[in-house]
Amino acid sequence: MEKDRREFLKIGGISVLGLSALPVFEALAQGQGPKAMPDPRALQAGQWAMVVDMKKCWEEQEKRQCKDCMDACHKIHNVPTIPDPKREIKWIWLEEYKHAFPDQANEYAPEHVKESPFLLLCNHCSNPPCVQVCPTKATFKRAEDGVVLMDFHRCIGCRYCMAGCPYGARSFNWGDPREYLDPQQINQAFPTRRKGVVEKCNFCAERLAEGLPPACVEACKAKALVYGDITDPESEVRKILAGQYTLRRKIALGTGPNVYYII
Amino acid sequence: MYDSGKIIPGIILFVGLFTFPLWSNLGKAAPAPKPELPKTEKVCVMDAAFMKTEHMVLLNDWRDKVVREANRVWVGPDGKEYQMSLQNSCMQCHASKTKFCDQCHNYAGVKPYCWECHLEPKENM
Repeated sequence: MEKDRREFLKIGGISVLGLSALPVFEALAQGQGPKAMPDPRALQAGQWAMVVDMKKCWEEQEKRQCKDCMDACHKIHNVPTIPDPKREIKWIWLEEYKHAFPDQANEYAPEHVKESPFLLLCNHCSNPPCVQVCPTKATFKRAEDGVVLMDFHRCIGCRYCMAGCPYGARSFNWGDPREYLDPQQINQAFPTRRKGVVEKCNFCAERLAEGLPPACVEACKAKALVYGDITDPESEVRKILAGQYTLRRKIALGTGPNVYYII
Repeated sequence: MYDSGKIIPGIILFVGLFTFPLWSNLGKAAPAPKPELPKTEKVCVMDAAFMKTEHMVLLNDWRDKVVREANRVWVGPDGKEYQMSLQNSCMQCHASKTKFCDQCHNYAGVKPYCWECHLEPKENM
């Protein structure tokens, strides 16, 4: 085997590089310091989405004035019940057809659609205006699973997001919400909010992290709420969407809502 | 000196009043805080010296990791795993806010606003 000077220098250079990288690899491999990692039980998705079957929901509402999903959500997240509609806090709530779907509302729609309340929650939009307008980045869209979340520590209460959200999914704490919470009923595992911050549905990020479904989905006995990964063609939501015609709220605005309605 | 009869007693009175907090508290040092450590656990998520001086930094770091990065598990220097949560981890061992947190915070005169949202453990239950 012939070795000229050029070849020798090449091999020599690569060898020196390799030797100098060794201590770096050793240091990385040892890494005993504290570190953070996701909970292994956490549920993964490209973009979480929800399908609300209003037919099933209305059946249950007619039967027994069902508010299971709202009660479960509000109990778990310490959402106060404030009678004054100007101050109320909404995570999941009921609204008339003409307000839920103003661009589709037509006065000759079937009575049961016009008269029945729709179940609304944050749409966890693909292109969320609330995130764009937030000056402190307190509201952000989580890159991993598309949930629109809030960091209450950073919220300065400017309410730009409330102006930005076309779905009314955000509520401002005009006062201390704890005044409206029963100390005996309060969920000790979840924080409350404080005066001066905005809040909204968080798609139960804290439950997804433990491998649990959102509280409203779990509470619904009529199985009217289905959640899943909209980017996965095999997911339950995608199978429902492929089989039935569904509506989304105010799609013309281009926010890309991820809550679908079966009527 | 003109008006020395008024000025000198005036100065003495002023100095006396000005230094009132000093001599009135002389020899009465506030007792050092005695935070009550949990009896159930021997080790914290980091060593005690670090926790004493840097727990607020650690909590801010945990907040960002949990809220922003969705990393909820903390692996301590000894390899033990913890959930990063003030309410669900810290306060499970340090089960009394008044006997632990408040001890030093009151002594140092700091008022962390953690508790405006995070729930402190229900004591005497």
